[in-house]
Amino acid sequence: MQRPLSIMVFDENRIRASIIEEGLREAGHDHVSLIHEIDGLARQIERIQPDVIVIDIETPNRDMLEHLFQLTRIVRKPIAMFVDRSDSSSIEAAVEAGVSAYVVDGLRKERVKPILDMAVSRFRAFSRLQQELADAKTALQERKVVERAKGILMKSRQLTEEEAYVLLRQSAMNEKKKLSDIAQSVVLAANLLGG
Amino acid sequence: MSFIHKSIGEGGDNAGVKAHGAGTRLVRAGFIPLLDSAVLIAAAELGLAEREGIQLDLIRDVSWANIRDRLAFRQFDVAHMLAPMPVASMLSIGTNPSPVLAPFSLGRGGNAITLSVKLYRQMQAAANLAGTEDALTNAVALRGVIDAGRSRNEPPLVLGMTYPYSSHNYELRYWLAAGGIDPDRDVKLVVVPPPMTSDALAAGEIDGFCVGAPWNMIAVERGVGRIVAVKGDIWPSSPEKIIGVRPEWASANTDTLSRLVVVLDRAAEWCHLQSNRRELAKMLSVPRYVDTPADLLHRVLLGQFTIDPIGTERMVPEYFSFHGGDANCPRTELAQWIYSQMVRWGQVAHSPENLERAAAAFRPDIYRTALGLPANAGPAAAQVADRFIDGVTFDPSDIPAYLRSFSLPINK
Repeated sequence: MQRPLSIMVFDENRIRASIIEEGLREAGHDHVSLIHEIDGLARQIERIQPDVIVIDIETPNRDMLEHLFQLTRIVRKPIAMFVDRSDSSSIEAAVEAGVSAYVVDGLRKERVKPILDMAVSRFRAFSRLQQELADAKTALQERKVVERAKGILMKSRQLTEEEAYVLLRQSAMNEKKKLSDIAQSVVLAANLLGG
Repeated sequence: MSFIHKSIGEGGDNAGVKAHGAGTRLVRAGFIPLLDSAVLIAAAELGLAEREGIQLDLIRDVSWANIRDRLAFRQFDVAHMLAPMPVASMLSIGTNPSPVLAPFSLGRGGNAITLSVKLYRQMQAAANLAGTEDALTNAVALRGVIDAGRSRNEPPLVLGMTYPYSSHNYELRYWLAAGGIDPDRDVKLVVVPPPMTSDALAAGEIDGFCVGAPWNMIAVERGVGRIVAVKGDIWPSSPEKIIGVRPEWASANTDTLSRLVVVLDRAAEWCHLQSNRRELAKMLSVPRYVDTPADLLHRVLLGQFTIDPIGTERMVPEYFSFHGGDANCPRTELAQWIYSQMVRWGQVAHSPENLERAAAAFRPDIYRTALGLPANAGPAAAQVADRFIDGVTFDPSDIPAYLRSFSLPINK
């Protein structure tokens, strides 16, 4: 039986870190530590003695972390996962997804790869979620603007709701613009004209 | 600005290449939001790249490790890099070393060493400093404070720099050693991301740092830092950032690279003109680039510094030198000097082969060919090797003898 791997996830985003942790636990890794802050990191590394360190590539602390790994004696020789170039497509995928990782020298590739693959897929899932959330917020915002524009038109031109909507849509088509952009113009114009 | 309108097609080597005829080539360039990314940004913003058929996509990043890895894994074609990064990569040292060449230098200068106001006041009291002393005197004064601290069993001072293979690391070490301070025994060096330097200094986590603009000035402005040396005080010829490319990209895109060098050279010339500095400051100040107030950047570009929160001023006219005096040529002796410092501080062992590998990281030949310059263009090597803060002259022909001429480190 192999000694279980100790995995450290450094991510200032607590939600994403939890998503990765969950994935790793489901895959049977019980020694997962989440670190969210750089303060006291050297001590944490000494305590956890990680075999694998997964890091969010967008953290400005990455240069500091690499230097710490060099200085910390316990993690003897942590090396970037990039050192093994035999699988460059999966490395490129990781970089693209925003994951970087360090593994203790000498650890077999077969043991590390599933962990990295898991981190990559969870990072991607998280980005997708974020994008969906952002899209949903924009859609909601746009709908509010259209509602306000409709209200303005109904009041100022004595239109029904249906007529106001058709007018907005027709203008958007004529101007080759988005419905929400036209609605925004209407709201802006009404504000300027004190309507 | 008539130079902008000249096409490369008029030059010798690229005769026959029409700027727009061959189609636009996309060049993805990674950069860190620092003042010395100015040449890249100006090349894109002024339309200089576009005029030579290059679509320069600038991609902002947050760490040198990312810049290194994204260049290695082809997310970038070229990158704004610390001058020692290609040298380290060719020596296969550091994390994820992947070969990188430097065909263009983005200029000289730009760094400074800042200490906490508290530490500087201790130096003033101990060494009777009036506040106008030179960088060497400041280093010697710091040594006095460190010696006194040691006799009282105080923990060593902590100084920040940006990356193990950075000009900041070697400059800070050179300055400390010139003052008789061993950077590995007498102080503790740590990496601090430049945007966090002021906070770390204010919180007392570090006692000083060596980083590029505008972070030193920001620390003074916030009343937490005191500038005690600028890069030019330590070695005026010292290169700062370079453009890094993968060797395989360079050979597959010789024409594009050659055009890029010409474009960058023109952008550097534009940045260098004092009359353009206000516009440059404005261009850089926006959030997607350096994201710092234009007024502060403008003062930095003019070399007008407040070095002490009490208002002490210092003029450093050549604080950042974008162009002229061969500032854009990645000269071989510059790579050799960087290598000598890597050997000096134990990052790599000296051998004639290593010296050769290090020297090959800088490619003055690509630079000069692209611009149609003769192979021996620029000032003589002896001029570049001179004017170090400690009066030592650099001799690349005998690295061990050069390193023996220093009193630090002791066990070499």
